[in-house]
Amino acid sequence: MAASESYPDDLRYHPEHDWARVAGDEAFLGITWYAQDSLGELVHFEAPEVGATVTKDGAYAEVESVKAVSDVIAPLSGEVVEVNQKVVDEPETVNEDPYGEGWLVRIRLTDADEVGGLLDVDAYRAHVAEQ
Amino acid sequence: MSATLRQTPLHDAHVSLGARMVPFAGWDMPVQYAGVIAEHLEVRARAGAFDVSHMGQLHVDGPSAQAFLQSVLSNDVDRLADGGAQYTLLTTEAGGIVDDLIVYRLGHGSFLLVVNAGNRQIAYEWLKEREPRGVDVRDASDEYALVAVQGPSSLDLLGLADAPAFTHAMGEVAGVEAMVCRTGYTGEKGVELLCPVDDAVALWDGVLARGAEPCGLGARDTLRLEVCYPLHGNDITQETDAISAGLGWVCALETDFTGVDALRRVKERGPERRLVAFVMEEKAVPRQGMPIAGGGEVTSGTHSPSLDVGIGMGYVPAARAEPGTELEIDVRGRPRRARVVQKPIYRKEH
Repeated sequence: MAASESYPDDLRYHPEHDWARVAGDEAFLGITWYAQDSLGELVHFEAPEVGATVTKDGAYAEVESVKAVSDVIAPLSGEVVEVNQKVVDEPETVNEDPYGEGWLVRIRLTDADEVGGLLDVDAYRAHVAEQ
Repeated sequence: MSATLRQTPLHDAHVSLGARMVPFAGWDMPVQYAGVIAEHLEVRARAGAFDVSHMGQLHVDGPSAQAFLQSVLSNDVDRLADGGAQYTLLTTEAGGIVDDLIVYRLGHGSFLLVVNAGNRQIAYEWLKEREPRGVDVRDASDEYALVAVQGPSSLDLLGLADAPAFTHAMGEVAGVEAMVCRTGYTGEKGVELLCPVDDAVALWDGVLARGAEPCGLGARDTLRLEVCYPLHGNDITQETDAISAGLGWVCALETDFTGVDALRRVKERGPERRLVAFVMEEKAVPRQGMPIAGGGEVTSGTHSPSLDVGIGMGYVPAARAEPGTELEIDVRGRPRRARVVQKPIYRKEH
C-alpha cells in the first residue's frame, strides 16, 4: 500500500528528492515521497557495496520502477556502513514507508559541515511545489 | 503539456480518473491509474479496460481489395471468411516490417486494418501509393474509438457470449453498438470494442461500471512482453525480418507478397540472428538498447509483475538462441546473467 504524501520535520533534504536523517557522525539516506511517487512502484534497488564512498550531489545507487530507472543522489558525503537489505529484497518497501522501513543506506559522514547546506522541510516543500 | 499532443475521445475521462498521462506516439495517453503492477495483475486475474483509440483504422474496400491485401500482407488473406480476423505484417521488398497489424474481413471486398498508432501515417501512405484500380484505401482512424477489455472475466462482465479468438461480430455493450473483436495484446481472453467516436464515453463508462478496472499503457506493455507479443519499433522494424523475429507463422511463403523472395531466402539459409525471450538470473531490469555479450541487443525489457523477475526480448546470434542458453546483459556497465527461455515467458496455469 503506497504511503500518503508527507515530509517529516526532522529530516534534511536534497533538491534531487533525497533525504538524510543525521545522528552524530552518521546518517540514514533515502528518497522522498515525491521521488517514489514520480517513479511508481519500485521493483529494483541497485545498492552500493558496504565500504563504498558516496559524494554529496553524486549518484550512489539506482532505483527502478517498471517503466524507469533513476539515479539516487547522495545528499551528504561519507562511507556506506550498511545497506538496507529489506529494500534490496522488497523494493516496494520504499513506496510503503519512504522515511522508515524504506531507508536505503546508512553512511558515516566525512564532512559534517555539509549538513548545513541541505534544505529544511519548509524549503523542500517549497521546492516540491515548484515541480 | 505540449499542445501538439493528440487526445483520444476518452482523454477527459482518464484525467478525471486520476490517470498519469504521458506522451506516446504523438498522443497524450494514460500510462497508469492505480499502478502498473496492480493493473497488470488485475488483467491476469479478472478484467481490465484499455483505451487504445490512438491506434489507426484503415478501410480497404473494392472488388480487388482481397487480391491487393494478399499482395502486400504476409499472411494468407484468402483464408479469412466474413467475421474473421488475422494477425499479419505489412512487409518491404527486403522482407522488413513496415507494421504489424490485424486485418478484419467485414464482407466480400471489405476489410478493416487496425495498425499501430505510430505507424498509422506510414501504413496508410504505403497502401495508398500501391492502391490499384478497384481498391480504395481510406484512413478512418478519426471516426473510431477502440477500447480493449482483457482478462479471464472480461466476456462475463460485459455479458458477451464466448466466441473463438480472431473472430468479430457486431454486438451491443453497455447500450452501445460496437464491433466486438475477439482480439487483444495481453495473452488473456478478451475483446477489442470498436465504436464511433461519439459513443466512446458511454462505452468506456459502461465497461468500467460493469467492473473492469482502467489500465494504462504501462500494464499493456508488461502484459504483452510476458507473452512475447512483439512491439513494432522495438522488437520488429523495417530493418528486421519476420523469420528472424520468429514470425514465420504469419508469413504464407507459398503465396506471393511483397518481400516474399527475401523471406524465403532467410528461411532457407536460416537467420543469422534470432529474436529470443529471456529471463534474468540476477536481480536487474533489462531495458531496450542494452548490449548482450557476444553480439546482441535487448529490444524490449521490463520487470515481470506476474513472475517478479526481469524479463525481455532481444536479438542474439542464431547459435545462442536455444532455450537454456546463458546470456550476459550489460546493465549500464554491470554484466548480469540471463537465460534464454521458450516463448511465451509467462504461461497461464490451467
